[in-house]
Amino acid sequence: MGSILGKNSALTWVVHISVLLLVLLWTIPTVGLLISSVRDKDQLVATGWWTSFSTVERNLIKRSAPANEQFKEDGKFILKGNVFADQSGTVTAFGWRSQQPDAYVPGNTAQMRKGKTLKIEADGSYLLISPTAFSSKRGARLFVTVFEKPIFTLDNYSEVLFAEGLGKSFINTMTVTIPATVIPILIAAFAAYALAWMEFPGRAIFLAVVVGLLVVPLQMSLIPLLKLYTTIGIGKSYIGIWLAHTGFGLPLAIYLLRNYIAGLPREIIESARVDGANDFQIFVKIILPLSFPALASFAIFQFLWVWNDLLIATVFLGNNEEQLVMTGRLREMLGSRGGNWEILTASAFVSILVPLMVFFTLQKYLVRGLLSGSVKGG
Amino acid sequence: MEQVLLALFTMVVAVLGCIGYFWGSNGLLALVYPAKGKNGAANIQKSAAIRPWLFMGPAILLLSVYLIYPVFNSIYLSLHGSSGEKFVGFANYTWLINDEKFIESFINNMMWLVIVPAASTFFGLLAAALTDRISWGNIAKSLIFMPMAISFIGASIIWKFVYDFRGEDVEQIGILNAILVHFGAEPQAWIVMPGWNSVFLMIILIWIQTGFAMVILSAALRGIPEETLEAATLDGANPLQIFLQIKVPQIWGSVAVVWTTITILVLKVFDIVMAMTNGQWGSQVLANYMFDWMFRGHDFGRSATIALVIMLLVLPVMVWNVRNLRNEN
Repeated sequence: MGSILGKNSALTWVVHISVLLLVLLWTIPTVGLLISSVRDKDQLVATGWWTSFSTVERNLIKRSAPANEQFKEDGKFILKGNVFADQSGTVTAFGWRSQQPDAYVPGNTAQMRKGKTLKIEADGSYLLISPTAFSSKRGARLFVTVFEKPIFTLDNYSEVLFAEGLGKSFINTMTVTIPATVIPILIAAFAAYALAWMEFPGRAIFLAVVVGLLVVPLQMSLIPLLKLYTTIGIGKSYIGIWLAHTGFGLPLAIYLLRNYIAGLPREIIESARVDGANDFQIFVKIILPLSFPALASFAIFQFLWVWNDLLIATVFLGNNEEQLVMTGRLREMLGSRGGNWEILTASAFVSILVPLMVFFTLQKYLVRGLLSGSVKGG
Repeated sequence: MEQVLLALFTMVVAVLGCIGYFWGSNGLLALVYPAKGKNGAANIQKSAAIRPWLFMGPAILLLSVYLIYPVFNSIYLSLHGSSGEKFVGFANYTWLINDEKFIESFINNMMWLVIVPAASTFFGLLAAALTDRISWGNIAKSLIFMPMAISFIGASIIWKFVYDFRGEDVEQIGILNAILVHFGAEPQAWIVMPGWNSVFLMIILIWIQTGFAMVILSAALRGIPEETLEAATLDGANPLQIFLQIKVPQIWGSVAVVWTTITILVLKVFDIVMAMTNGQWGSQVLANYMFDWMFRGHDFGRSATIALVIMLLVLPVMVWNVRNLRNEN
């Protein structure tokens, strides 16, 4: 296909640029999230993430040292210090009234009320001089316009993991996901083998039912199962959600695995039968090992699906510390921490990290599963 | 940590349980109908007749409880009152067709149904066609495919940040508004604009699903026999003509698969709407509305009725899938 286009270099450029545009469109939102999550939380809300590598101009209100740090020199009271805790920026303007926060250039002296003067240097050091003693315990207000160097930090992550309870939710999500991924595989594999290679009445109907169930909306099942769980006493528990995910994942699992197993060469199975092996032995010794790619495909689907699920977790698990999964926690944060982008971005990134890792390392199986699930069959 | 150990323990127990069941039931079968001895041949036949049911047993049980029984129970519930006890006939249905919010949800769902599959398939096809022609196509594909791995709620946060809106006098930190402001326009509060906000929510799903469409369609494009393309080239067709007139018609089957798969997904869309607007500002959809009546309204009857409407909308695809399967066999 490349050869058709290879001669036409202008068109090739158009293709390159179009793909680049598509890729940018598709990655920029995620990149913005990632960069924002490691920015200082005050800078994050001050400027867009795309400017995060340049210095930030901000208007800040700082406080001078409190009155008890004053000392007397030549009959005047003096307070001095630096508006930056860590020398991280440059002052470009300052003032002492909120109406004119940028009235003075650094290095000049501002005349304040009652004969006080204020001088702030570009490096942030300030000098307050007064004929009478300072009395404010909190210090005087200093208005400064500063150029701040970009600050990158992992503080947001430690905050969401430990203070916001995302760490606990991470463990809850793991607790849901591991069994809910593994349990359906075995059950589905046996059923898939039966549907592919065993003769029994009603086989075609079962297959049709499985294909039909592939698209049944989960919404149908929520209320009936919630009632059922309450009746038989499972209530909101991990066992309930494991079984629910198993039940909901089975149609796809059976369908994918059947397609794969049905495609295995007939001779292998026939010759094993001739050798006297029964179906159980054939399944365990031949089919299972050969089906590894299909099993892996489904495992990835189910893992991503369960990890990312919000609906089933909201319905079948409680809202408490012991059971709230990451997606549920994110939803709660969107409500309670709607404006705290440092919390939201870091939390979102923690929750998508594992799926992304799985995605990039096992993409091959994911693609294979998608293709066998949709191209071959319905 | 204890909990993860519990999960691992459960996993091991479940796996051992499964193995135990299949192995045990098979052993039992061999014991009851031994393959050797005077009835050997008959016994082998008998156990061959029983074994499929042992293999299928757990799957049949789980599918019945989790997917088949709920369909019938939902029909039952839809004919009953809020707690599911008092028979109310078709009251829930008449309520439904007169309910403004339901009609809004239905119309929105229809809009989602038209726009999302169409846009995802279009971008998917575009990406598939273009990435197949360049050396770094696989990397590009991988990056476009990546949102598939992100949860709807995670994607919602990502896009909420893109759509972020602040007053005119403050610097915008949402990239969309920043671009607008850069070109001199006024910033907009995207997700509270009635009518348009749904489109901004749809973009999130399109962003997620394009990768899926691309993967399927790219495989389909590569499956087109070289000869037809060569013949067209010899006839002097340009690349665009080849693509539109030779390639696209040959992959209609895959386009249909992509379209229906995304259609099903769209009908069930819930997380995105819940996270972004929770159905406010005219953006409600059926799945979230159903959830609303279930958890906030505590009305199982109405909720089940809405679920049945979703089921009804899915039904044509289900029939089509099953019919395809029959044709295939």
